[in-house]
Amino acid sequence: MTVGRAPGRLRAVAAGLREFYVAPYRRTFARARRDEDDLFMVVVLADALGVPNPVAAHTLELLPAVYDRFHDWHRRMGMERSPLDSMSCC
Amino acid sequence: MNSLVLAVIGIAMVLTGYALYSKHLATRVYKLSPTAPTPAHEMADGVDYVPTNKYVLWGHHFTSVAGAAPIVGPAIAVIWGWLPAFLWVTIGTVFFAGMHDLGALWASVRNRGQSIGTLSGRYIGARGRNLFLVVVFLLLLMVNAAFAVVISGLLVSTPTSVIPVWGAIVVALLVGQAIYRGRLNLPAVSVIGVLALYGLILVGDRVPVVLPDSVLGLSPAAFWVLVLFLYAGVASLLPVWMLLQPRDYINGLQLFIGLGILYAAVAIASPSIVAPAVNTAVPEGTPSIVPLLFVTIACGAISGFHGMVSSGTSSKQLDRETDARFVGYFGAVGEGMLALGAIIAATAGYRTLADWEAVYSAFGQGGVAAFVEGGSTIVNTGLGIPPSLSATILATMAVLFAATTMDTGVRLQRFVVQEVADLVGRRVGKGVATLVVLVVGMGLAFGAGADGSGGMLIWPLFGTTNQLLAGLTLSIVAVILMRKRRPVLPVLVPLVFVLVMSVFAAVVQVGTFYSTGNWLLLGLDLVIIVAALWVVVEAGVAMSRARTGPVETDEDDRRVPAADTTER
Repeated sequence: MTVGRAPGRLRAVAAGLREFYVAPYRRTFARARRDEDDLFMVVVLADALGVPNPVAAHTLELLPAVYDRFHDWHRRMGMERSPLDSMSCC
Repeated sequence: MNSLVLAVIGIAMVLTGYALYSKHLATRVYKLSPTAPTPAHEMADGVDYVPTNKYVLWGHHFTSVAGAAPIVGPAIAVIWGWLPAFLWVTIGTVFFAGMHDLGALWASVRNRGQSIGTLSGRYIGARGRNLFLVVVFLLLLMVNAAFAVVISGLLVSTPTSVIPVWGAIVVALLVGQAIYRGRLNLPAVSVIGVLALYGLILVGDRVPVVLPDSVLGLSPAAFWVLVLFLYAGVASLLPVWMLLQPRDYINGLQLFIGLGILYAAVAIASPSIVAPAVNTAVPEGTPSIVPLLFVTIACGAISGFHGMVSSGTSSKQLDRETDARFVGYFGAVGEGMLALGAIIAATAGYRTLADWEAVYSAFGQGGVAAFVEGGSTIVNTGLGIPPSLSATILATMAVLFAATTMDTGVRLQRFVVQEVADLVGRRVGKGVATLVVLVVGMGLAFGAGADGSGGMLIWPLFGTTNQLLAGLTLSIVAVILMRKRRPVLPVLVPLVFVLVMSVFAAVVQVGTFYSTGNWLLLGLDLVIIVAALWVVVEAGVAMSRARTGPVETDEDDRRVPAADTTER
């Protein structure tokens, strides 16, 4: 019985250690990821925001990928309503 | 007095405190409920709000709050004899620190995981929040300068620790790469990382690095302070996964190993304490024990910084409200035990009283170097590790604690600088903000003493500010309890004591700085006195309002708006 339990306990220790490693910085990573996603959002919406974009045809295809986060994005950027006529989310 | 007896009495006191007093607090005062939904569940987002096993959470909480401060403070304060320091650490842990840490955790959990900064806005008023920012800014300002000086002092007094201290950075960098790029198994990497660190300690012990009397025209201590600030600046700008995260992790493991080594050695060697119980012949220039003892030992007896950790991260991960007793109170118990270990090392590690008095020749002398020297003698007798190697182990341990705090301190203060710049309508980049932090920190370290010794003069001032922050947190807890018409004395008595002692200590230090003509610290001290009086006034007003205001129920807590997650 103890043989069966030992790996389980080892796994629990490993899980605890992982939590110990990851948890304090989870917020920092989430924030870094969000900053990167925001930058990506600006690239995709460049044309609509008035910045000439040589690869607009390609970024247009990415629009659906960022659409879900658009509402959160413009609110985070301090705009209550969608800044774009073409995109209305609220 | 045998140090083993002292250790046993001390541990028995804090454990009894945990068994009885924390239970009283949990059931009668804070009324923790096993069924109350915690923010970790109500607002679970997989980032900040994550229900966590209470032992793992305690591990985080303890390693975040414990560091070099509970070693440095007690090691300085034993100059008044071991008994006052012992009593303040044990009684402080039971009735002050444990109550404070648990209270901050509870207050935050009942307010959807909001931080003390936000809570001071809600319970003390709009000015409360600004006051909090001022106190935190002062605290960060001093911690960087003080710890840089502590580290440089150790690097000079224990040259064998130079290689492991700087090598630990390489170990952390490699651990970071192994985890994120190699995706290696964490337990294996942890073992290898710790072994590599101890390998470096062995190497360092063979190859001491002693700097010449003048490096670039600076004394060795001043040179190390300069290098440390440059390092901290670079470290705070690197992506956290590269250095800070693995470094924190290895240091966390190291904390448990170090505590284990220290207590095992004390248990086996059980050396006699040579220092007097109460030192009646303190060196000339030593300030009066009241109030300075109570600010010299802040961490280990009560520390406002714990409230920031309790309310900033731990409260958002608490699985059940009743876990708060273990995480908050027992976290303080762990730190009290570290402080107790420091007291024993600095008083029992010498052969004769004369040896001890030679080390504690003036106030601020001894300190963490005495901890390393005394501790190494104990580790040598107890575990048979050669004295020089023992000293290297303890010095490396103390430096690594101080260094992680400094890394984080510089990083946090960068954010504060950016925020202040934002307030006046300027945008400041990472690099410029870091530069400002480094210049201010070094200015403080050098400005207060040409050889970079300013940090140790700052130490009592740092403790005063830390206590002030604790006072602010306790005022918030007291206001909440008053609004709920709960027993408030367990909070009120420590609150009054801590505030009186900090104001008293700040006033005493005005005299000290004035007589030595230290205008920089005098100015800083005056700012702290203003902040302290401000805390007293605001707390008094908020409490008198709370006493007469309407009774607040648990239902009202539920309607608190969500925590502000925009702060870093």
